[in-house]
Amino acid sequence: MSTISKSDVAYVAGLAQLDLDEAATARLVGEMNSILGYMEKLNELDTDAVEPMMHAMALTNVFRDDEVKPSLPRELALRGAPLHDDEYFLVPKILDTEGGGA
Amino acid sequence: MEFEAVIGMEVHVQLNCKSKVFCGCSTNFHAPPNTNVCSVCLGMPGAMPVLNREMVTKSVAVGLALDCTISRWSKMDRKNYFYPDQSKNYQISQYDLPINHDGFLDIEVDGKSKRIGITRAHMEEDTARNTHTLGGGHSGVDFNRCGLPLLEIVTEPDIRSADEAFAFLTELKQILQYLGVSDCNMEEGALRAEANISIRPKGTEPFGTKTEVKNVASFSGTYKAIEYEIARQTQVLNEGGKVIQETRGWDDDRGVTFSQRAKESAHDYRYFPEPDLVPIVVDEAWEKSIHELQPELPAPRRARMVADYGLSVYDAGVLTQTRAMADYFEATTALAPDAKKVANWITGDLQALISNAEGDIRVIKITPTQLAAMINLIEDGTISGKIAKEVLVDMFQSGDDPKAIIEAKGLVQISDTGELEQRIAAVLATHPAQVEEFRSGKEKVIGFLVGQVMKATQGKANPKMVNEILRKQLSN
Repeated sequence: MSTISKSDVAYVAGLAQLDLDEAATARLVGEMNSILGYMEKLNELDTDAVEPMMHAMALTNVFRDDEVKPSLPRELALRGAPLHDDEYFLVPKILDTEGGGA
Repeated sequence: MEFEAVIGMEVHVQLNCKSKVFCGCSTNFHAPPNTNVCSVCLGMPGAMPVLNREMVTKSVAVGLALDCTISRWSKMDRKNYFYPDQSKNYQISQYDLPINHDGFLDIEVDGKSKRIGITRAHMEEDTARNTHTLGGGHSGVDFNRCGLPLLEIVTEPDIRSADEAFAFLTELKQILQYLGVSDCNMEEGALRAEANISIRPKGTEPFGTKTEVKNVASFSGTYKAIEYEIARQTQVLNEGGKVIQETRGWDDDRGVTFSQRAKESAHDYRYFPEPDLVPIVVDEAWEKSIHELQPELPAPRRARMVADYGLSVYDAGVLTQTRAMADYFEATTALAPDAKKVANWITGDLQALISNAEGDIRVIKITPTQLAAMINLIEDGTISGKIAKEVLVDMFQSGDDPKAIIEAKGLVQISDTGELEQRIAAVLATHPAQVEEFRSGKEKVIGFLVGQVMKATQGKANPKMVNEILRKQLSN
């Protein structure tokens, strides 16, 4: 059975940008191991005859047509942002050009 | 030591849907910042994405064109990372079940064909655009781009040189344009190519450490960046150093790549299935319906143009650069049978007129029917090739029929033997010295005399007949 160590928790916390103290780390080691333990329990079931599923709902191909709908007025879109200049959402200056998706 | 390069490409293509991939916001590139945004593409809590059907159709069209296997079952996944180009802190992409996989694209370099494997071509959402020029210690985020339909095409590490990479990108872009699924505008970021480059001693199997070159704005930039990176890595290894796995940017002004120092943890994306989107099933019927709408692609079309019209490989290549030009050629030559002449007019004078006017063959005033009529008027001797060049300029500007222009301007070629004899006799009478020269053996002077006849007839004399009659009169 695979177990979660303190360093695993610290690593995942780092990826999730969470700042955990010792007590929280210890608590999460316990909780995550108990979740994994539950998964191990499920793994004991014989699922050979069960077809794999990709989604909790038995639905496929839920699409929309390629039609343009009105967007939010910019004022409204920006309203909830901690910082904006009426045009852009503002974030602390990005120095590291690396990162990002796509 | 001699090294060989091992290169794989990742190409991001914005598919030209009208609305974004998961919401109804417009994909218009030119909108002011943050005006094409809504609760879905801003990642507001509770907002639910719904996949654009057109995104799937266009993605499969690309997959088919790249000879991919189309996944019967496909799904979307979350790619988790922190960076201010997504407000959700994940990008919706595809991980283990991409919609297209295991295809190939054949390219040609120095007359040799080479097959480049396509690992996958998967659907995802584009990210927001960051701007760093606002000042005040802040960067700005524009979510207009966030959620644009993006297809990421990943190749096998089959590319061995900058030339092959360039050929691959050119062929791929042409296919995308033939399919009409992307405008491929590189300045606007609709097509973005990244190269993974490593080198290894020639003749060995294991891959070397790769670097990834990002943010290159043109194919020629990609070409130069690859050349530079191969030379740089070769030097590092020859000096006993080690290539560091990293992302490198391309500085087009200085012609160098530079380290962008990736954080190692940034590459643990912890993908998991996107619970807000249900699986995508492309059944045989859907795939078939997309297949049936596929246009003839550039490579088969080039081959057919050579076979059907007897064109050179070069001419076929030029004429098939765009689907519009190939269509224009075929429509013209259906009415003017000398395909080589039609090809010359289109790739020569017509293309020059279009280029000078910064026009587009899709919207020019001259129709293929009119161009064919003009070429036929040369063939039947009504106008000379030289006059035709003038007529074409007029047609390009006015959109009038060549016949109407020729009649209105009195440009009909003089092919009347009697009239030509008279005109020529007059020219000879006014140039006795040259006539003497010719008769005393200076054959070359005939060129001057032909020129005088053409001048006297404002270029309308049938050149072939002028030559014949001149020689006849001179030998009398």
